[in-house]
Amino acid sequence: MADDLKTPLLDELEKGPWPSFITDIKSMAGKNDYCKDLLGQLEKSYEDKRGYWKHGGLVGVMGYGGGVIGRYSALPDEFPGVSHFHTVRVNQPSGWFYTTDALREIMDIWEEHGSGLTNMHGSTGDMVLLGTRTEELEPIFRALTAKGWDLGGSGSDLRTPSCCVGPARCEMACYDTLAMTYDLTKSYQDELHRPMFNYKYKIKMSGCPNDCTAAIARSDMGIIGIWRDDIKVDQAAFAEYVDSGMDIQGAVVDLCPTGCITVEGKEINIDDSDCVKCMHCLNRLPKALSPGDDKGFAVCLGAKAPIVEGALFGSVIIPFMKIEDGDFEPMHDLIERIWEFWDEHGTSRERIGEFIERISLATFLEGIGEDPSPKMVKAPRDNPYIFYEEYYEEEGASASEE
Amino acid sequence: MATEAKRVTDIGPPQYEQFLHPIIKDNYGKWLYHDSIKPGVLSHTGPAGTIFTVRCASPRLVSVNFLRDIMDLADKYSDGYFRFTSRNNIEFLLAKEENIDPLIVDLNAMGTLVGGTNNAISNVVHTQGWVHCHSAATDASGLVKAVMDELAEYFTSEKLPAKLRVAVACCLNMCGAVHASDIAILGLHRTPPRIDNNALPNQCEIPTTVASCPNNAIRPTSIEGKTTVKVDEDKCMYCGNCFTVCPAMPLADPLNDGVSIWVGGKISNARTEPMFTKLAIPYLPNNPPRWPEVTDAVKKIVELYAANARPFERVGEWINRIGWEKFFDMSGIEFTKYHLDDFRHAGTTYRRSLHNRY
Repeated sequence: MADDLKTPLLDELEKGPWPSFITDIKSMAGKNDYCKDLLGQLEKSYEDKRGYWKHGGLVGVMGYGGGVIGRYSALPDEFPGVSHFHTVRVNQPSGWFYTTDALREIMDIWEEHGSGLTNMHGSTGDMVLLGTRTEELEPIFRALTAKGWDLGGSGSDLRTPSCCVGPARCEMACYDTLAMTYDLTKSYQDELHRPMFNYKYKIKMSGCPNDCTAAIARSDMGIIGIWRDDIKVDQAAFAEYVDSGMDIQGAVVDLCPTGCITVEGKEINIDDSDCVKCMHCLNRLPKALSPGDDKGFAVCLGAKAPIVEGALFGSVIIPFMKIEDGDFEPMHDLIERIWEFWDEHGTSRERIGEFIERISLATFLEGIGEDPSPKMVKAPRDNPYIFYEEYYEEEGASASEE
Repeated sequence: MATEAKRVTDIGPPQYEQFLHPIIKDNYGKWLYHDSIKPGVLSHTGPAGTIFTVRCASPRLVSVNFLRDIMDLADKYSDGYFRFTSRNNIEFLLAKEENIDPLIVDLNAMGTLVGGTNNAISNVVHTQGWVHCHSAATDASGLVKAVMDELAEYFTSEKLPAKLRVAVACCLNMCGAVHASDIAILGLHRTPPRIDNNALPNQCEIPTTVASCPNNAIRPTSIEGKTTVKVDEDKCMYCGNCFTVCPAMPLADPLNDGVSIWVGGKISNARTEPMFTKLAIPYLPNNPPRWPEVTDAVKKIVELYAANARPFERVGEWINRIGWEKFFDMSGIEFTKYHLDDFRHAGTTYRRSLHNRY
């Protein structure tokens, strides 16, 4: 690292067993001024207990409105190497799978044109290239696209869709999360690159209710795998679990939320009519139990962090649907109905979850053309303030009907 | 003279199949089951054979140097195939079981740890902090490093009652989505924005700024003939939404910014429904570089949970079983007026039954 740089506070973060980001950045500090001055500014933040980055800044590549986050140091005279320190979001491959050949090409581009620092990966899923100058953005974009890569989303647009490992390495996957992520990303490039929504719209795809991408909490549209028929049971494999001495009663039967599992001897019986597909027994007994054959997914809308009206989990809007023969058209149709209604009636900086809360689920369902279902609520309303739309008139004739 | 390549746009990400290991490609959608070999090592088996996964920690903020070291190991042990998880771990995908132990030796030699599977603390989802964000109330990478140095043994073992998910977000925007983690570390501001009345009229749109406040605390005003805004400080809850739309209203306050601790959230549907995290400790000071008050508090909660929860009980499930009064009693964490919700739907958190433990 550069000899003249003293970072006594950051040096403390080189101790201990967890891998140190400071040691790593220091390994770059002799190579470029970005990293040297990043360490200098961060050391100052640690001394003063505050950040020294300016608020945003509109930068990007030609023809795109998203994918680059402008960032400038508030102390450019002191730390000129980070006077510009923009972020480039690169759309990750489905499931975050890489080959070394492919990622090395990106690392070479990034070392030539930026700080050489990354986030693998950002919160939404993108590969984040952390820290470059405005004049480097267009060359980076050209170099990336020449190798087959493109930018992700930012601002009020479709954010880069992401998914769990899915059928690529998980026996629980109820639909092809990688294929759907790829299809939606490719189908909505315009919505991804050119912000024109009320606010951000994140899509995350998890293959089962274990929800490894946190779709229920972190995505405006969570597409979560589920099945409708019976759990598939391999009794011979179950008997092996019993023979292994596993505490089946304590670890499985007693923890079933609906009490629908019974065990007699070495045989497991599940009353699937009461099963809520929570996944616990499948997680404990992966060799004996697996999701049924009638597999698909549920669509949950509206999850978000607290800003502005409070944190929300996604609400079930479509309790079950499936993709047949790789035809994603029904999914496109659903997404476009949702976007159209939100676009027309939502307000600026209003996430879809806040929009649904404001206009009511009933109005939203009507707006996108879906019928209500008890699978969409914890319980029916417990107040009597009902907006009746049908009523009788004096003459006895039925009046208002839509 | 070199001709510049034609400019292309909107090509999207590369097709993922080219990045899949041949065993994964052959077993795609046909996996039969998985096994846990030891902490950080899994095997997945399908009709076309078994793939072994070795999972290691990553600081997430990593350089090309770190990644090239990782890729050298992937070339050496996993045919050049690897992936990242949704919690920013790195996974090597091995065809040969005999490569597991040498890979682990090399990973440990390069300064990282293998683990994060099953009943472990996995990698910490976190945000940018002072490294890259304008609205951070604390650092994120440093907090994660300090906390995980203390908790590393829970990453490399599977001795907890259930999996434990820790997340760090450096302000209420929560890019790290800490609102559904077993333990969440959340940076927060505690004082209203300081308005730069000279800059505001040029930098900010007044109606947008006024509308940004969830508590209607912002009003237009005029100072020396210039239109700007004022903040009703009694109504301000320091959410920072105004700063997002108006750069002339910064909240950073080194004297008062700090960290809060939240517990009991979960994402998965296993056994119980997904749950939000709930407030445990309203404020701890920013004390870089190692945040001793924060690491101490988190470690105590983890150890209390490890000693008292039943097998497979997540932190929130454990607390729901024993009751919040007992959680505060056992942990010694003071219950204050700040623990009482006063935002939208606050009443839904009030105890509206006689189901109390005495």
